Amino acid sequence: MSVHVSLSEATPVAAEGGDGGFIAPGPGSFELPPVFEVAGFGVTKPMLLLILSAVLILAFTIAASRNAQMVPGRLQFAGETVYGFVRNTLARDNIGSEHFMKFVPYLFSLFMFILVNNYYGIFPFLQFPTMSRIGFVIPLALMSWLIYVGAGMWKHGVFGYFKHATMPSGVGGPILILLVPLEFFSNILVRPVTLTLRLFGNMFAGHLLLILFATGGAALLTSGNALYAGVGILSFALGIGVSFLEMLVMFLQAYVFTLLSSMYIGEALADEH
Amino acid sequence: MDASPTKGKAVEGSINMIGLGLSAIGPGVGIGLIFAAFISGVARQPEAQSRLQSIAILGFVLAEALFIITVALAFVLPI
Repeated sequence: MSVHVSLSEATPVAAEGGDGGFIAPGPGSFELPPVFEVAGFGVTKPMLLLILSAVLILAFTIAASRNAQMVPGRLQFAGETVYGFVRNTLARDNIGSEHFMKFVPYLFSLFMFILVNNYYGIFPFLQFPTMSRIGFVIPLALMSWLIYVGAGMWKHGVFGYFKHATMPSGVGGPILILLVPLEFFSNILVRPVTLTLRLFGNMFAGHLLLILFATGGAALLTSGNALYAGVGILSFALGIGVSFLEMLVMFLQAYVFTLLSSMYIGEALADEH
Repeated sequence: MDASPTKGKAVEGSINMIGLGLSAIGPGVGIGLIFAAFISGVARQPEAQSRLQSIAILGFVLAEALFIITVALAFVLPI
């Protein structure tokens, strides 16, 4: 109760720009100022991190696949583990053994790209998950959307795909009037939106939580009250716990984005059932 | 959320956050049910773990989507 009163008292001070006030982090914490400008176009930290991720992934995959040996070394083994995981567990099991190799390059790049960009969130000194800015997630979801719709049209033809996606087999009669718009809505319109929001929302919420525990803990420690300082230490401890949770979530979101992309592709390519 | 007459001691913030908290209940229960079923499935048939795992994570993700959409909307919608 006392903490709550102190926070509400501190807010007007913070609004006046005085020191000692704690401003809770919000969506504004994600709007970073440009690092440098190129002809009036501000280049921000996530843009640089994105380029760094491409360089890192290229370096890793080239280093892992160059000088491939029959008995793999450590680096080659690591590369083959990731590739095998995406190819076998994600692509082959969901798309089917006939067409899956066409989509493995896309799915592998997608997985590596999201994984590296998510792990920036807990990497010391970088500490900003690129995917917590929605502008970086929308193109990925649009790409997945174009690929699974395109794959379906390639397999079934344009009208054949719409029929395949919106008319479940074994259903006939007037119920189709209700079912076709619903299936169209859920299979074609909502999927890219949920793909985007899932990755963005997880990264955004997770990073916001980390900022809150870190800055809140610092504000409580420096408040000059011994009891608040104890809570501040607790806040830091919880922040460490949340960091471990985030490590799991970051992998899981990369996995889930790739899993759902491959499931959508597999569903679009499936024969009439 | 303007300044209230009660000597500036009112809690300030967006009422969206209450909705955010409420919307965490449903997916929380749903995710609990999904993993309870997953654990009992693996306990009965340990060799099916790898197959059940991907299904469980898929269900977890779909249940979580509702909450994640709310997280996005809570910050996007005004007040």
